[in-house]
Amino acid sequence: MELWYSENHSDDVKFSLRVEEQLYTKQTEYQRIDVMTSKEFGTFLTLDGLMMVAEKDEFIYHEMIVHVPMSVNPNIKKVLVIGGGDGGTVKQLVRYDTVEAIDLVEIDRDVVEVCKKFLPTVSAGLNDERVNINYEDGLKFVRNTKDKYDLIIVDSTDPFGPGEGLFTREFYGNCYRTLSDDGIMVNQHESPYYENYANSLIRAHRRIKGVFPIHKIYQAHIPTYPSGHWLFGFASNKFDPIKDFNAERWNKLRLDTKYYNTELHMGCFALPNYVKELLDNA
Amino acid sequence: MNPLDQNKAPIYEALRRFKSMRVVPFDVPGHKRGRGNPELTSFLGQPCMDVDVNSMKPLDNLCHPVSVIREAEELAAAAFSAKNAFLMVNGTTAAVQAMVFSAVKEGEKIIIPRNVHRSAINALVLSGAIPVYVNPGVNKKLGIPLGMSLESVRDAIEKNPDAKAVFVNNPTYYGICSDLKEIVRIAHRAGMTVLADEAHGTHFYFGDGFPISAMAAGADMAAVSMHKNGGSLTQSSFLLINNYISEGYTRQIINLTQTTSGSYLLMSSLDLSRKNLALNGKDIYKKVLDYANYARDEINKIGGYYAFGKDLIDGKAIYDFDLAKLSVHTRDIGLAGIEVYDMLRDDYDIQIEFGDIGNILAIISVGDTTLMMERLISAMSDIERLHHKSSIGMFDHEYISPDVITTPKEAFYAEKRSVPIEKSSGMVCSEFVMCYPPGIPILAPGERITKEILDYIAYAKEKGCFMTGTEDVNIDYINVI
Repeated sequence: MELWYSENHSDDVKFSLRVEEQLYTKQTEYQRIDVMTSKEFGTFLTLDGLMMVAEKDEFIYHEMIVHVPMSVNPNIKKVLVIGGGDGGTVKQLVRYDTVEAIDLVEIDRDVVEVCKKFLPTVSAGLNDERVNINYEDGLKFVRNTKDKYDLIIVDSTDPFGPGEGLFTREFYGNCYRTLSDDGIMVNQHESPYYENYANSLIRAHRRIKGVFPIHKIYQAHIPTYPSGHWLFGFASNKFDPIKDFNAERWNKLRLDTKYYNTELHMGCFALPNYVKELLDNA
Repeated sequence: MNPLDQNKAPIYEALRRFKSMRVVPFDVPGHKRGRGNPELTSFLGQPCMDVDVNSMKPLDNLCHPVSVIREAEELAAAAFSAKNAFLMVNGTTAAVQAMVFSAVKEGEKIIIPRNVHRSAINALVLSGAIPVYVNPGVNKKLGIPLGMSLESVRDAIEKNPDAKAVFVNNPTYYGICSDLKEIVRIAHRAGMTVLADEAHGTHFYFGDGFPISAMAAGADMAAVSMHKNGGSLTQSSFLLINNYISEGYTRQIINLTQTTSGSYLLMSSLDLSRKNLALNGKDIYKKVLDYANYARDEINKIGGYYAFGKDLIDGKAIYDFDLAKLSVHTRDIGLAGIEVYDMLRDDYDIQIEFGDIGNILAIISVGDTTLMMERLISAMSDIERLHHKSSIGMFDHEYISPDVITTPKEAFYAEKRSVPIEKSSGMVCSEFVMCYPPGIPILAPGERITKEILDYIAYAKEKGCFMTGTEDVNIDYINVI
């Protein structure tokens, strides 16, 4: 018997993985959650039929969304993670002894429970005592919180479901308000290649440009995400991700990483021409 | 099965049966199930084109309903507790006009608040009936026109015993209700018909905790915009009648102006929305109310904004308030409502119903979700953070009492000339001037133009209100008698 998981990357392009076993499925109040195992990518989680995290390649996304801002400002102490219920982002964050508190805001409690159960290597960090999990709409959280954060990581789903509110000006505006004066916001920024994703990218970039004086885009190569070419946004009032970057300082931490390194940090902000053009027109 | 079982949707069911018959069309519409217009079919979808069909025996006829449309109307009448209900496909405008046409003839008087929708005054232009305007109270702080106080209606009835009808907004665009039950009582005692514009009151019939509906209050006719927050397609609506009003005569009046090619898309949407509200309305509007109350509380917590609710009630011009309306006063953050309205759309991709000089209005309805509510509240909070400024120098007056010189019909059809609007002070206007939405005329035909009105128009234009009504699209010139 052959069992395949397929995801449309565009109307006319399909990405498929051979599934060994389906471990879990549930329609929650917000979305459909599925967990499957595969030979090529290990255990993986999908939300509404879209790949969120796969055991074998999750390091790329999570290292890039965490180490880029952490290496630009080593004084980051208080971090807010919006989304990221799989725990992969938190796993990278808790490696820094200097981080004092991590608030994670995930709308769907089931995502966290499921990842704790089926993706223990990804979600391990969620048990760290510095981590506090809130089950709430991220937009509502940033609007109401009185705390100030040094770093906000927007580790959201695509903007076609419960994550839609996390790609809006009202969200970025409230994030800005919630950041300390030298705060940084990093967000998963969709893919430039397929039109549907590129539209989300453009809209998000336009909104962030209107809120933060410094806004840069960087990239990574993630096999399980549409087109494999994925972008992240770096926004701040104060820090420039290249000019304020100190490679030596970060290398002294001796963190063992599989994707991120300080040369790659400098290179990942160099974008292909067609992506630059997309962003210029945003 | 009970013939008035609200689970039934006769028009929808007939269309489904009709689809399965695969009838070959040699009638209109000429697109023939979409084949003649592939681009439109791909845009709207085949299922939509399949039921864009003409009246025929299995599908009944809107002008003279005897089968499935008649059944749908009976079910609607039962759902709204009316004597009869009519499916309307020319908008609630047509329902309002049918009410006015059937209640008053040329030269007869109708008691009417001045803050009616343009459709009501348009009906007066067409019919030649004479408006007796009741001054709605004005809330000075909010700058919005209110309902009619009982005293002012009683006064109008006493001074105009020959009037034939009383027209009531239930509620106004902003959610304000007059004491309809008592107005019905005194109007009926004086032998007058009571007409209710319930363009924004569909939910009064189905939810708990809302102001009284026109039919429950004993009014004679009501125009109910099912499409506004009941879930049917734009332009579809119900006209309800009660008491001694004749069904046959009302149908004749409707047929004077309504299309003879009633859209089955619109009619089936009325049928299914009525079914949905009759079966699930209580739960749906409980949710709507919860959303609106939550949003009001959260917006009031932001500071600067004032999302008003039942706290406005004074027992007179504000007898009751519709909590499903999310009306927010914005002037205290230094922004005109229309400015907040524009920012929400341009910067936040959020479209609300309207913004006027001092307020905005968001419609909360059957289709909203928690996450959407959160976006609206967060956007309002972000606008406050970015744009909060002093409100000094902002216009603080919305309702201007009209000085009526002649009837809308006479003024509209009179010999007229066009003058630059800034030079028109003191003259009698022959056309409408309004911001749309909300579509409540600032000037109606037959009213004296004053400096105060001109200042208001200039301010509204400057703030970016979408002005309509005049022959000159730019509103630089105005027609006067």
